[in-house]
Amino acid sequence: MSSDESQSSGQTLQTRSGRRTRSSEATGNSLASGDRAGAGLDRGFAGLARFAGIGILIILAFVAFFLVYNSWGAIYHDQDGQADSASFHIGEFISHAWPLVIGTLIVSVIALLIAAPVAIGVALYISHYAPPRASRSIGYVIDLLAAIPSVVYGAWGMTFLAPQLVPLYNWLNEYLGWIPIFGGSPSPTGRTIITAGVVLSVMVLPIITSVCREIFIQTPKLHEEAALALGATRWEMITMTVLPFARGGIISGIMLGLGRALGETMAVVLVLSSGPIAWSIIQSGRHDTIPSNIASNFPESREGSVHWHELIAIGLVLFVITLLVNMLARWIVSRHKEFSGAN
Amino acid sequence: MSKSITAKNLNVYYGDFLAVEGVNIEIAAKSVTAFIGPSGCGKTTFLRTLNRMHEVLPGARVEGELLLDDDNIYGSGVDPVTVRTMVGMVFQRPNPFPTMSIRENVLAGYKLNGARMSRSKADEIVETALRGANLWNEVKDRLDKPGSGLSGGQQQRLCIARTVAVKPDVILMDEPCSALDPISTLAIEDLISELKKEYTIVIVTHNMQQAARVSEKTAFFNIAGTGKPGKMIEYADTTTIFNNPSNEQTERYVSGKFG
Amino acid sequence: MIESTQTKNPTPASVQGPAGGHEPPHEPAAMLRPNSLTGNIQPRWFLPACAAVSLLLSFALVVLLGDAEEFSINWALWFVFAAVIHLVLAYVITLVRINRRKAKDMFWRNLIYVAFTLALLPLVSVIMSVAIVGFQGLTNAGFLTSDMQGINASTDAGTQEGEHGVLGGIRHAIIGSLVITLMATLVSVPIGLLTSIYLVEYSQGGPLSRAITFFVDVMTGIPSIVAGLFGAAAMASFLSFADSLGIPVPGRSTMGVTAAIALSVLMIPVVVRTTEEMLRVVPNELREASYALGVRKWRTILKVVIPTAISGIAAGVTLSIARVIGETAPILLTAGFATRVNWNPFEGWMTTLPVFIYQQFTRPMHPTYHDPSFQRAWAAALILILIVMGLNLIARIIATIFAPKKTGR
Repeated sequence: MSSDESQSSGQTLQTRSGRRTRSSEATGNSLASGDRAGAGLDRGFAGLARFAGIGILIILAFVAFFLVYNSWGAIYHDQDGQADSASFHIGEFISHAWPLVIGTLIVSVIALLIAAPVAIGVALYISHYAPPRASRSIGYVIDLLAAIPSVVYGAWGMTFLAPQLVPLYNWLNEYLGWIPIFGGSPSPTGRTIITAGVVLSVMVLPIITSVCREIFIQTPKLHEEAALALGATRWEMITMTVLPFARGGIISGIMLGLGRALGETMAVVLVLSSGPIAWSIIQSGRHDTIPSNIASNFPESREGSVHWHELIAIGLVLFVITLLVNMLARWIVSRHKEFSGAN
Repeated sequence: MSKSITAKNLNVYYGDFLAVEGVNIEIAAKSVTAFIGPSGCGKTTFLRTLNRMHEVLPGARVEGELLLDDDNIYGSGVDPVTVRTMVGMVFQRPNPFPTMSIRENVLAGYKLNGARMSRSKADEIVETALRGANLWNEVKDRLDKPGSGLSGGQQQRLCIARTVAVKPDVILMDEPCSALDPISTLAIEDLISELKKEYTIVIVTHNMQQAARVSEKTAFFNIAGTGKPGKMIEYADTTTIFNNPSNEQTERYVSGKFG
Repeated sequence: MIESTQTKNPTPASVQGPAGGHEPPHEPAAMLRPNSLTGNIQPRWFLPACAAVSLLLSFALVVLLGDAEEFSINWALWFVFAAVIHLVLAYVITLVRINRRKAKDMFWRNLIYVAFTLALLPLVSVIMSVAIVGFQGLTNAGFLTSDMQGINASTDAGTQEGEHGVLGGIRHAIIGSLVITLMATLVSVPIGLLTSIYLVEYSQGGPLSRAITFFVDVMTGIPSIVAGLFGAAAMASFLSFADSLGIPVPGRSTMGVTAAIALSVLMIPVVVRTTEEMLRVVPNELREASYALGVRKWRTILKVVIPTAISGIAAGVTLSIARVIGETAPILLTAGFATRVNWNPFEGWMTTLPVFIYQQFTRPMHPTYHDPSFQRAWAAALILILIVMGLNLIARIIATIFAPKKTGR
């Protein structure tokens, strides 16, 4: 974009025009003696911008450092307040963490299973099916879903959605109860992990939709018209040009949604009545997720206590998981880049 | 299998804006007809109405009749998808499907239909179509490579092969050479004169020499001013249009006085 | 070259596909298309009619399946049945009347319509949940002008028994939201803006810019609760460090500024991303025109590039504010929960609107009489949604009205 070349040519021109204004002092090679103050400001501004960029790296380094530093106390600490008996407690931490990790994954997978197909459908509706005049405003409506704060979704899930789903859980239990995930005694309140997953799916839907919509719209008109000119129906045109073009974008949209679902706190805290892990997903008082566990325990924990350190450590685990998901998404997208046909 | 085209009092609108007004034209089967005229005069718009491709743009609509032989393609109950299988189109910029190989590109029209055919049959179709587009010798060794790896001129001929593979009745070409170098242009022009033995061809071009070289009849479109609708000014044999036009605007255009 | 002109009249056999290998090479072309122009498309009224029939049929089905004694309709079941019937009906009719390709097209089109309707249902439901109870709560006297001091279980019990209306308000939460969000914005916007300027205008794809781009992406993916943990952990470590040096500091890290730090971590990447995008769409010709006039680079950026992109930047910043103002988890971990107004972000606990909503739902003031607490929460949620939507609207208005005038056309 803006290269050093254009910068230096800018300077040269500046000097030339400077000479024109004070023409009398221009003797010798006036191009060499530029306007020093201006050049200094240029460098200063560039330095400031670079410093801000480095600042972001420092902040992130801080995030990593403080999380790791404060996590240490979770696996290396005193035994029940006895001083001088500090030792490793890795096994304890893992037995505390793994049900939370599993719970987080369960709720995210439920959310994605529901949200991804619907989101792709909605994105296609907006990009290729809605009347062109209306599609912009329909896009705004879907964006409204993203604008609603998560705590409101949580409250909605807890007070409205959960009771509505109770009959469905009873039905599932009655007819499909032999499958372990629908076993046990179904929740009378509906505050189960699957309800939390449904609420989460509503929350990640607009994210996946907007990523997919952006990429669907970018499908080269040229290719779409080529398909139509061959006599393709609308759906054939979509499968021939839009979907292959957008494959990477769809995957990255789903991954983004997964990242959001993994880290989402409020919807789960409010909806789920948490407890130990279990096979059944239609029981309440079962399952918990990392964010919800942190949110319900952190405010009460004493700063510097083992529990406090443990919560930070489990937060670090969540951070690493989301990081891996995001990097996986990036890798998949880059792998599909040559497929995208953006030539 | 080629058909004639007849437009009767055709008006093309974009929303409320009248883009092309009152076109009456009869295009004979197995002929090459060129549309010429200054930019924005509606020749491409009119061309796209011939296979209902203009409907892809929001708000575009048409009044009047457009007959393919004797059937009105804007009649009620007519499926634009069917129209497009009968009237193929080659675009200004070559647009092979980037996710498909050369072979798959040629077979795209069949693939759409879910037409099952033996491999040898498919090979035959690919070869015939590519030979028909004068491309076979250049690509026969790399049929499974992506179509986007070809040069611009080759890509355009691939697009023509893709169009002729499904045996349309009419082939529309929207400035097919404007993105190509002179040598590729020549190759396409040769191809057009081959294709007219079998197809009705309508070509939009900015290049008057090209129109003179390839077409039998020429229609001149013009526009009175910005915001005014485009009109077909004159339609006659190409030689007449270029040597002895009856309309003053046509004469001024073909003699290079404007446009 | 093209030798086969004999395929003019497709025989029925060729329509069936390449059954025998003896056909001429171009025979399959014939099966690509119907023989006539008309009759290959469903009439315009087909879809609405089909949808209406499905709705009626499924309604009957739901009524039949439902309780015989009392007449009730399960709306969800109605929707599910209607969707399925519509999909199948439209597919089968199209398959019989026209062909498989058209039927497939019809099926997917309907599936997409169903998906869209399905996506709208929760939006409508959430907004109705919030609006119905929320409006009631808003009409309570002093809801916006008082805080929660002195409100306890017995006040709510009094409300429930009809002695007085719902007492207490959200003044403290609104003030907390404003202070914390403002501080986060003051930190994030300069850093974010300057970084994007560096990325677009100065870096030439070097390792530093690649590192920044990568880590900004990483930051975008930080779960908000982790940002809260970072704020709390960093502040706790910092305070104990300062304490060991003998500097007088607050005893606990829970305060407004900690929350602002946590929010900045969430906000900076959003600002960088949006402004970077806006700066990149500024045409290079403008920069070159400015350089050609002898204008220095930093002046070009400040006087040409940023003014051109300002509407987009402002919209992006507004959207990032809208995003963090609704955050609950990080604030819960860093600023705690207060019942009274606290203007000072450097001392004591602070409450924001989302945390207030959360607390009212999870810990109602009275253990059994939940309604007053829930009403306060829904009213606060209504205010929060109005603020967020207002910010979104402002962003759109900025983006469209103050966008640089487009030329041409």
